[in-house]
Amino acid sequence: MDYYDKKQNRSQKVTKYLLIAVSVIFIGVMLVLPLISVIVNSLKEGIEFYFKSLSTEFVTSALGVTVMATLISVGVNTLFGIIASWLLTRFEFRGKNTLSTLIDIPFSVSPVIAGLAFIMTFGRLGWASPVVDWINSTFGTDIQIVFALPGVVLATIFVTFPFISREIIPVLNTVGHDEEEAAALMGAKGLKIFRKITFPHIKWALLYGVILCTARALGEFGAVHALSKTRGQTFTLPLEIDALYMSGSADSITASFAVSSLLVIMAIVVLVARNIVEYRAKKEK
Amino acid sequence: MYVELKNINKYFGDFKAADNVSFGIEKGKLVALLGPSGSGKTTILRMLAGLEKPDSGEIYIDGKLVNNIPASERGIGFVFQSYALFRYMTVFDNIAFGLEVKKTPKKQIKERVNELIELVGLSGMEKRYPNQLSGGQRQRVAFARALAPEPTLLLLDEPFAAIDAKVRAELRTWLADMIHKVGITSIFVTHDQDEAVDVADNIIVTNQGRIEQHGAPQEIYNNPETPFVAEFIGTSAKYENYGVLKGFSREEKINGALIRPEFVEVFKSDNTSIEPYLKYADDGIVENVTFRGNSIELTIDVKGLKLTALRSLERRKIDVGERVKVLVYRLYAFDNEGVKIIENSDIAGKETVKL
Repeated sequence: MDYYDKKQNRSQKVTKYLLIAVSVIFIGVMLVLPLISVIVNSLKEGIEFYFKSLSTEFVTSALGVTVMATLISVGVNTLFGIIASWLLTRFEFRGKNTLSTLIDIPFSVSPVIAGLAFIMTFGRLGWASPVVDWINSTFGTDIQIVFALPGVVLATIFVTFPFISREIIPVLNTVGHDEEEAAALMGAKGLKIFRKITFPHIKWALLYGVILCTARALGEFGAVHALSKTRGQTFTLPLEIDALYMSGSADSITASFAVSSLLVIMAIVVLVARNIVEYRAKKEK
Repeated sequence: MYVELKNINKYFGDFKAADNVSFGIEKGKLVALLGPSGSGKTTILRMLAGLEKPDSGEIYIDGKLVNNIPASERGIGFVFQSYALFRYMTVFDNIAFGLEVKKTPKKQIKERVNELIELVGLSGMEKRYPNQLSGGQRQRVAFARALAPEPTLLLLDEPFAAIDAKVRAELRTWLADMIHKVGITSIFVTHDQDEAVDVADNIIVTNQGRIEQHGAPQEIYNNPETPFVAEFIGTSAKYENYGVLKGFSREEKINGALIRPEFVEVFKSDNTSIEPYLKYADDGIVENVTFRGNSIELTIDVKGLKLTALRSLERRKIDVGERVKVLVYRLYAFDNEGVKIIENSDIAGKETVKL
């Protein structure tokens, strides 16, 4: 190795460590420290207080609402995501690009606007309000959408809408039609082709999408905030945290950190699950 | 005719992929659809399979109009260019798939699959996945999978394109043998004339969505009916001013001529054995000498025409710049209607021993 190489090697090393230092400091200050401070703050009043603040009526109700909204929206979006990506990768039709762009709306629109949009649609002044009223009077039901659980679920579905289809579409595009055509030529029908041929290809992408969707649904604040006003009934965990923090007393602030730590733990679980899925998917390839 | 296409037309947007295509194929034959890329050969194959719908025209298989019969019910085996093996299934499951769809009893499936695995020489590989196989092995699986449900017609889309040159020649002989052994009517698409000539009983030459010629390989090679076929099959170069060559005269209406290397004989100027033919031979200057492995390719300037000739390696060496004697046996002259063979009028009828 001559002098020039040595010098270049050294400067490359300097660059490498400099980049590592910058990244570590940035991630530490911006991401890790705040999360640690959440945990630390949540335990400030002791472990007993921690569990007590997690078991209040408001918090258990919020946890229930969050889990329900997450499960329903993951379910709905899984179904929709598969259908949409099947449609967008396997069929040619007019307006295909427009549809593909529309799916991405939740990525670019602020969640608060989504919440307000639902109020303007299903609220007392919304255009769909007479439809809801008609259904209620005809079937004797009492369905409320805005400021009720259906609204919370709708808002969560809205913000997590594109996650699954966006994971599946690239995979379906790379895989191509050939295997499906081959199966069809042998007489296999749609559902069998999907189950035996297509699904094994998209399995990991789908699971990855489900995980991302779950993470997003658990943490959603803006859209739900616009549609949910009753603490202890329609509040989700993020809203409950906000309410606790805003009430201002020292105890309730510590309690809000305790509830936050619940979301942090859920997030870490999701993160680990994500890594396992990524690893397994890579190994299978 | 076992397979028959009548006046098939197919557009993709403005692109005409099939232009009034008609042809018939006898039962048990192995037929090549040969043409350059974009000539419509794959489209014809896909329409036969039912993967594309013709805009107009009729397709008959075994005397039955199949236009409205879906792909899955036509009883056709199809081998895809990329094989399209099911990546998440073993070799056994791949071959068994078509039988499972048909709800064949388990025991029968097992027998049939094992029989096919033996036939294609993949015994012991039943449990492997496609990505654990070589290109040639994958093709064998694709072939076995297509045959498993006992189709009456086998279609193969560029079956050798994804295989490296060395294995290809071996595999195509294997496939041709297999197809004849099974006795199934087969059509394969290729852009490689060697492949078509080597393997097929009959060749259908396609160009710009049209059928140019349909016949036995030898017939297509020796008697091309259209300028396109004359140019596409074999190697040849086009000459407008062919009348300058001894033994040929320019005729009216003829637009030009194609000369293949094998029509051109080159002699060293001191070769005494050609004495009787010397007066028919033209003088030429060697412009280029290229080693082709099994022969030497010469480019010779004869009265302004750049002729290409092949010379066997055993003969005396010829150098660039050398003056040589050149004899052209025949050429393909073409007008607006078609192609005709013109023999060298000086040596026609005489005993021409190839020297």
